[in-house]
Amino acid sequence: MKHRIVSLVLSRLALALVTAIIVSFAVFFATAMLPGDTATILLGQAATPEAVEGLRKAMHLDDPAIFRFLRWLAGVVHGDLGVSYANNMPVAKLIGGRLINTLKLAGLTAVIAVPLALTLGITAAMLRNTLYDRCLTIAIIGVVSVPEFMIATLAVLLFAVYLNWLPAVSFTSEIRTVHDFARAYAMPVVTLTIVISAQMIRMSRAAVVETLNTPYVEMALLKGASRGRIVLRHALPNALGPIVNAVALSLSYLLGGVIIVETIFNYPGVAKLMVDAVSTRDLPLIQSCAIIFCFGFLLLTTTADVIAILSNPRLR
Amino acid sequence: MTSLVQIRDLRVEATTDSGRTIEIIGGVDLDIAEGEIVALIGESGSGKTTMAMSLMGYARAGCRIVGGSVVVDGVDMVALPEKDKAAVRGAKIAYVPQSAAAAFNPAIRIMDQVIEVVRIHGVMPLEEARTKAVALFRALSLPNPDRIGDRYPHQVSGGQLQRLAAAMALIASPKVLIFDEPTTALDVTTQVEVLRAFKSVISAHCIAGIYVSHDLAVVAQIADRIVVLRNGEVQESGTTADILERAQHPYTRQLLAAVAPDHEPRRDASGPTAEALLEVHEVSVGYGPLRSDGQPAIVAVDNVSLRVARGRNLGIIGESGCGKSTLARAIAGILPPFSGGVVFDGHELGRSARHRSPDQLRQVQIVFQHADTALNPAHTVEDILGRPLTFYHGMPRKQRSGRIDQLLDMVKLPRALRQRRPAELSGGQKQRVNFARALAADPKLIICDEITSALDTVVAAAVIDLLKELQRELDLAYVFISHDLSVVEAICDDIVVMYRGRKIEQITPEDMAKPEHPYTQLLLSSVPKLDPTWLDHLRQDPEQVRAYCQR
Repeated sequence: MKHRIVSLVLSRLALALVTAIIVSFAVFFATAMLPGDTATILLGQAATPEAVEGLRKAMHLDDPAIFRFLRWLAGVVHGDLGVSYANNMPVAKLIGGRLINTLKLAGLTAVIAVPLALTLGITAAMLRNTLYDRCLTIAIIGVVSVPEFMIATLAVLLFAVYLNWLPAVSFTSEIRTVHDFARAYAMPVVTLTIVISAQMIRMSRAAVVETLNTPYVEMALLKGASRGRIVLRHALPNALGPIVNAVALSLSYLLGGVIIVETIFNYPGVAKLMVDAVSTRDLPLIQSCAIIFCFGFLLLTTTADVIAILSNPRLR
Repeated sequence: MTSLVQIRDLRVEATTDSGRTIEIIGGVDLDIAEGEIVALIGESGSGKTTMAMSLMGYARAGCRIVGGSVVVDGVDMVALPEKDKAAVRGAKIAYVPQSAAAAFNPAIRIMDQVIEVVRIHGVMPLEEARTKAVALFRALSLPNPDRIGDRYPHQVSGGQLQRLAAAMALIASPKVLIFDEPTTALDVTTQVEVLRAFKSVISAHCIAGIYVSHDLAVVAQIADRIVVLRNGEVQESGTTADILERAQHPYTRQLLAAVAPDHEPRRDASGPTAEALLEVHEVSVGYGPLRSDGQPAIVAVDNVSLRVARGRNLGIIGESGCGKSTLARAIAGILPPFSGGVVFDGHELGRSARHRSPDQLRQVQIVFQHADTALNPAHTVEDILGRPLTFYHGMPRKQRSGRIDQLLDMVKLPRALRQRRPAELSGGQKQRVNFARALAADPKLIICDEITSALDTVVAAAVIDLLKELQRELDLAYVFISHDLSVVEAICDDIVVMYRGRKIEQITPEDMAKPEHPYTQLLLSSVPKLDPTWLDHLRQDPEQVRAYCQR
């Protein structure tokens, strides 16, 4: 049994590695296929054909695509993400601080959203078909149907423009006190929490409801177990797999999908950096940001799968 | 003297999916004395489980106890608030579920589940509970009683789980025990052992209880009194001996008749020397990836040969997992064998259905166990029967319509059902449609894979009669697969006994009294009889039991 679980986990990790390589391949060629010649962009319209030709040589742009890909991949593995075209700084340096900002926002949101969503989802399952459950379901469907830029914009309108409680943009550089911190993060975190919680609440409710309908839960009831014991001891451990997956999927949104929220609040995160890179056609930066998002997503889903494997008693 | 359990005018209602309210128990009275086991007998939907559960003041989702009282040991369980009900459940009244495999939580070790009742109600220290559990495991003759509690439910067999469920119910020494079809999901050889274990703990602890079952022969071994239920009403009740020997109610007699079907020899059966219709030559079938020696990872059927003569029926019996259904699928070409061949009507058949001609496919039809899943829920009966008519015979619409009426007549279904969908039919009706679909192809051979197993005994007996009648009219041969020996005995001319993928013996119904192979002896002797003393007098060679049972 031990042997089987180890081999299952290892094969899942190997699969993640293969996926990572395929993803980097896709990212590299998708950006390479963007229209426009890099050398021409860099040198501008007025450059002489000789100068363009020289730069192309220097940047190995004439090499076959597969060599460029391998060279780039080797760089990524060594932590060398290339040099930004726009301002000639190493991409790693550009991203570094931004990534920490994004992780800060993501971490803070996760710490608030995951317990909140699981509590709401599980209580809704316990009290299913009651007024509480119905109100919650309606609220979630309402929230899911409203796009996040709408929520963010409304929040800005209400709290920043009318009530004047909070600044409309997040000045993370001026944080000195807890109060500053709360003011800077309140709106982005609340917006993201609303966006990612809805899915987690629905999935955890569905997973718990499904296990609550099993014969072993009925058996626990007929043993005289309390409602809390039935849910926490009997239903929840068996619903863990789907719940962890839903959580991972929702959290992965915090890495790649926050572009709109970061842009609206002018929050200096990676997603905002990527949007800026697109407008300056800064290919190495775009590639690196895309790779970071993809790897983050991969890391979360792989973790969720491994937890699901480990929590399956049939494999213990 | 007041009895331990008094049920008075119990009424339970259920709300259907369409929002209609129907009465599933309509004013039932029942008494259980101290130390008495009362059996509730009836077919599915008779309300027997609902009634048993009312003892714990519990009704399943969608059901409500709307009237009457259920007094257990002086307390009316119906009137009790939910919190007080929980205090009684498990401690004073305990439940042994139908499928222990489903009732054990897959994520928790067995011992923790067995002593959970003690943990919840705090009736004794946990260490004491563990010691008691091991003693109960021993009393229920479970293997390795000291260590079995450390395992997870999926690591022990079905028969063991069923006994562990009994231990779980007994741990807090309840006054009343509810057995809900506790042996229905088990093989007969396993059932014997479980019944013995139940019987000995019941008498040792002087337990009163309800034993819910559809199987009169099983109930005869355990119960002091039998109550026959139908449509939520008591048809007849009396002592076990009275019901078995002097049944008054016609429905009870029908139930009794269904347990022991008449074995009139089939007059028109041709001799075993008649021309072969189907010959299976040394067929081996398996699942999983092929290994280097060309064999699949799991061999389900190992080198089986059999022969079905024209107009004769072959039965295949064996316990779950013996490969009988896999063999059927190989004959039908659904699962290609990895060695051996199938000859039908003098021609070698292709290994898989794809390599067979349409006419060959037409002549061999298979009918599956679960009509529920075999019939497309979105199609009407007319669509279901019309499809093979178009596919095999290319019938135009008008002719097809006439033929559908004929087919419905053959399986004795009213023509008015043509526009119904499977969900609107009863279990027996669905199985008849399932069978009519096979008949629509005008086959020569029909493989029936456990087609009566999901049906109530009375309905199953009617389906068997129908099969016999159709055979006389249509010159059919059946390969009849079942774990139910009495059904096979009633319809087959030859019987093949399978064990672990091998054919171990071929016998005729006349030989069933004195089979030669020890496994066949064990299997046949394990089938419960209507005689209440059967279990007490049953002597099985422990050597044989050890050799052939994975209890």
